[in-house]
Amino acid sequence: MADKVLMKGNEAIAEAAIQAGCRHYFGYPITPQTEIAAYMAKRMPKIGGTFLQAESEIAAINMVYGVSAAGKRVMTSSSSPGISLKSEGLSYLAGADLPALVVNCQRGGPGLGGIQPSQSDYFQATRGGGHGDYHMIVLAPSSVQEMAQLTIKGFELADEYRMTSMILADGTIGQMMEPVSFDFEIKEQIEKPWATTGTKMARKHNIVNSLYLNPEQLEVTNIERYKRYDIIKEKEAIAEEYLVDDADIIVAAFGIAARVSKNAVNQARAEGIKVGLIRPITLWPFPEKAFRKAAEHAKQIICVELSMGQMIEDVRLSTECKVPVSLCYRVGGMIPTPDQVYQAIVEAAKKGEK
Amino acid sequence: MNYKRITLLSGHYGSGKTNIAVNMALELKKQYERTAIADLDIVNPYFRTLDSKKELDEAGIELIVSQYANTNLDAPALPQNMYAIVHDKTLKTIVDVGGDDRGALALGRLSPMIWEEKNYDMFLVINYYRPLTRDIASLQEVRAEIEMAGRLPFTGIINNSNLASGTTAETVLASVDYAKEAEEKLGLPLVLTTIEERLYPQLEGKIENMFPMKLQKRPV
Repeated sequence: MADKVLMKGNEAIAEAAIQAGCRHYFGYPITPQTEIAAYMAKRMPKIGGTFLQAESEIAAINMVYGVSAAGKRVMTSSSSPGISLKSEGLSYLAGADLPALVVNCQRGGPGLGGIQPSQSDYFQATRGGGHGDYHMIVLAPSSVQEMAQLTIKGFELADEYRMTSMILADGTIGQMMEPVSFDFEIKEQIEKPWATTGTKMARKHNIVNSLYLNPEQLEVTNIERYKRYDIIKEKEAIAEEYLVDDADIIVAAFGIAARVSKNAVNQARAEGIKVGLIRPITLWPFPEKAFRKAAEHAKQIICVELSMGQMIEDVRLSTECKVPVSLCYRVGGMIPTPDQVYQAIVEAAKKGEK
Repeated sequence: MNYKRITLLSGHYGSGKTNIAVNMALELKKQYERTAIADLDIVNPYFRTLDSKKELDEAGIELIVSQYANTNLDAPALPQNMYAIVHDKTLKTIVDVGGDDRGALALGRLSPMIWEEKNYDMFLVINYYRPLTRDIASLQEVRAEIEMAGRLPFTGIINNSNLASGTTAETVLASVDYAKEAEEKLGLPLVLTTIEERLYPQLEGKIENMFPMKLQKRPV
């Protein structure tokens, strides 16, 4: 598939996963991500893979645990309420250091909420979601092309660091159609000497488990895991920086909010306002350096989110509150318009003149 | 175009039925006073006929849509006035059938009456750039599944090959052979090729039966 095709964001994730060598998908339908499962249901049987609609989200995530323990690339996908159900399983995956790819195509919450887009699972994704000390690598695509690209990257990072990669998308990017090209270079999958694939009487048996009978050992395991997290924080944080170098005002936004914000930034630039955009592509690890650097010259930061303000906390932490950070938001399935963001930029510019 | 009393648009999901339905309704309204557009989609949560409500209302086109479209009710709800499509013979309706066989299932309730009246067209909307229907065999599969679920045979094909905002004149031209092959192998006439308005001047005279289209507005 070298030339471009027209896909929904959800379909692009599914196709990219297949191209990354994922042959096992377990899931349970929920709007607005059901196209991932539908695509897998059509394609997997034709390529010798497994598509299984589980009896629940909880069953699906535990099937992911099983396949991952056997050393194979595996994924599940859901939307906000379904991810809450999977949270126990996500914690177990972390506790057993198992790689997996999990997609959250977010919708409005809390509770059953609604089926329209949202970004209000940022805390849940970046702080782990389930119980215990752990993190997931969280990737935030803002186009259908990136849905595909970050899915492949997600599998690679998951295998490398033996942890879950989460694609934190939203309903709009999942449902919208855009041209995609699949001419990716896909790295060969790395060896997994820890996988429970049978000893063939040639080695000591591997154990995949998250239960530690001995507290001292559990403490060491946790500390070792956090040393790995430090490496990831150092090496893997990425952000797109747009017109940031001379900016007095920085707009911070990810995913769909960043698309809206970019339009607003362009409009404000045309009016002579020095404004730029930082778009975190990894939400964990958070691209702290990009914000720290921008805080040296920027006078204000506007965080644009489809939530009551979640990423804003990471923006404040990484800039150590040196610069005032304000929030521009819509919730409940609503999306800020470019004009709303533009007005927030104009307001900030006025404040800056005083 | 010469519209029958009922014009149905069906095909693989994401092939572009809703956009065509809105454009057809606007065209039909210029020819015929009591024009309606019906959204029978029970699959798609976003990007519905209702997104064009303002434009359709202004044109005086009657809407046959579920009162729950574009709300948070995640249920396969049908329009409460859907029987107007078959019972009100003074209406001419463009029907946006949901994608694939699952979407066409709702049509099955109306199809015996549509079949009996013998005044309909049902077009298979195709897009060469949709990855799951790039070959004719897959297209044949989709056609058979829809006809089985909707219990109504197709009468023609609409070539809606596009790459959304990435569409160029070449994009459309490169789909011509595919559309012709579909016409031949499926035994259905190729009725129209849709062209986004901005590309119309570049393609004029190069493709037969072009249908210029305005795209529905999107939030981002």
